[in-house]
Amino acid sequence: MTTMRESLRRQMLTAYLFLFPALSTLFVFFFLPVIAALLLSLTDFDIYSLADFGNARFVGLKNYVDLFNDPLFWKALKNTLYFVAVGGPLSVVTSLGAALLVNSRTVKFKGLFRSVYFLPVVTTLVAVSIVWRFLYHPRYGMLNYLLSLVGIDRIDWLGDPVWAMPAIILLAVWKNFGYNMIIFIAGLQNIPEYLYEAARLDGASARQQFTMITVPMLAPTTFFVAIITMIGYFQLFAEPYVMTDGGPLQSTMSVVLMMYKTGFKWWNMGYSAAVAFALFAIIAGATIIQMKLQKQSHE
Amino acid sequence: MRIVSRIFLYAVLILVAISTLAPVVWMVSASFMPAGEAAQYPPSFFPRHVTLEHYTALFTRLNLAKYALNSAVLSTLITAVSLFVNSMAGYAFAKYRFAGREKIFRLLITSMVVPAQITMLPLFLMMNKLGLVNTYWGLVIPGMASIFGIFLIRQYALSIPDSLIEAARMDGATDFEIYWRIILPLCKPILVTLAIFTFMGTWNDFLWPLIIMTDDSMYTLPVALNNLMGEHTLDVELMMAGSVLTILPVMIVFVVMQKYYIEGIMMGSVKG
Repeated sequence: MTTMRESLRRQMLTAYLFLFPALSTLFVFFFLPVIAALLLSLTDFDIYSLADFGNARFVGLKNYVDLFNDPLFWKALKNTLYFVAVGGPLSVVTSLGAALLVNSRTVKFKGLFRSVYFLPVVTTLVAVSIVWRFLYHPRYGMLNYLLSLVGIDRIDWLGDPVWAMPAIILLAVWKNFGYNMIIFIAGLQNIPEYLYEAARLDGASARQQFTMITVPMLAPTTFFVAIITMIGYFQLFAEPYVMTDGGPLQSTMSVVLMMYKTGFKWWNMGYSAAVAFALFAIIAGATIIQMKLQKQSHE
Repeated sequence: MRIVSRIFLYAVLILVAISTLAPVVWMVSASFMPAGEAAQYPPSFFPRHVTLEHYTALFTRLNLAKYALNSAVLSTLITAVSLFVNSMAGYAFAKYRFAGREKIFRLLITSMVVPAQITMLPLFLMMNKLGLVNTYWGLVIPGMASIFGIFLIRQYALSIPDSLIEAARMDGATDFEIYWRIILPLCKPILVTLAIFTFMGTWNDFLWPLIIMTDDSMYTLPVALNNLMGEHTLDVELMMAGSVLTILPVMIVFVVMQKYYIEGIMMGSVKG
């Protein structure tokens, strides 16, 4: 009995030793900073506090009140929501479409197409943002040239407040659709073939097979993809940072870009932490809503 | 009718493939164009004269080799260290019984929703106090452990039969020997996957390196490239050459290892 207990105790100790490097790193460099960020957001920490932390004062919820009255924050939030609400679904639909195309039974060279579609995912975001910046050039850009061939007039993609965000969305869809496509392909391959065979025996058309079998069977995958895409898209940063610096007329200023500029350019770190926390709250809220909706559609 | 729909299917497939590849192909093509050729109307798809002048300029005048070295050292270092740290933790979560196991694991999984940007302000202040701004450590230390990595390895290690571990223990192997000699070799596929993920993620990362590396000599490739863009906004061909060199290493890793990479995504998407 004692040896049994002894061995259990030893097992536990070993487990903690194995866990120690990972958990202590996560605690000190992830969980602690999260809590510190919350505290930071309750202070007026600025460039003077950087030299001496003692210069920072506790200001309660002042940063959050200021944030609420800051037109720039609302602008950034609106832009980010635009990016999430339009870019997110567009990405998911493109991924699903690509997965269905690549996965269709009659297609040869499946692996080749899959790899080609996946290629943008592995590229460096900063590098492709620079590439697309030139593709979007109003005068010399390839995109406007191709559009002019079909009679569409020159568009100032990144210089026009109306077009800048759609341009960034287009880049994001191109860059990301391959990732979710792979997840959708995995989901599609998990649907048992006999369901389709039975449906065909019953005379179901291709469209009916899609809506009655593929869509419902793929629902958990779609849900997963929708959540990770949404969370990722809320964190929009590099594309506007590299391509537009938030312009023109702040039409591509995202919440994370605002956080970066407030915190690391103007060193208003207290205020910047409030921006970060507001974003966290919004992401958490949106995730919970999505999960609730998913549950409801399940019942 | 069948033939028509098949032709249509391939037409769409090829069209999507062309649109996917076009920006990458143009980037490579423009990087070989003489200065000014990519900023003309109508734009040219392929260089009239192939030149390597931009690549030479990047390596001689613009110190690209130094940034590439920074990126290579950092990505390799983080990959090696995090593989070790995460595999130990993942193994412990999968195969050991200890108080709080389920609770801690659930806390970790839930925390994946927390955007990393939130930690960056305090993390910067912390690194500043520790004197780690502008050092490799400032980038390596926060990258040592990843929840996603722990999760991935745990899921994989769960499938290893307990009997294997028990047998080794009977033979007198220590816990670390079991981990090192039995678990790690058995986990090789997932370790390779995670290595690719980590390497590419670190190589392509932008926001944290941008924050923590304020000195030019410590820039990683993406940060250096963005900085270069500020000074050479009009040198399209030069910027394309820089982009090619930034993307090329990860592209090679992908082409060689894509089987593992794609399987990894599929595995990560299966809910545990």
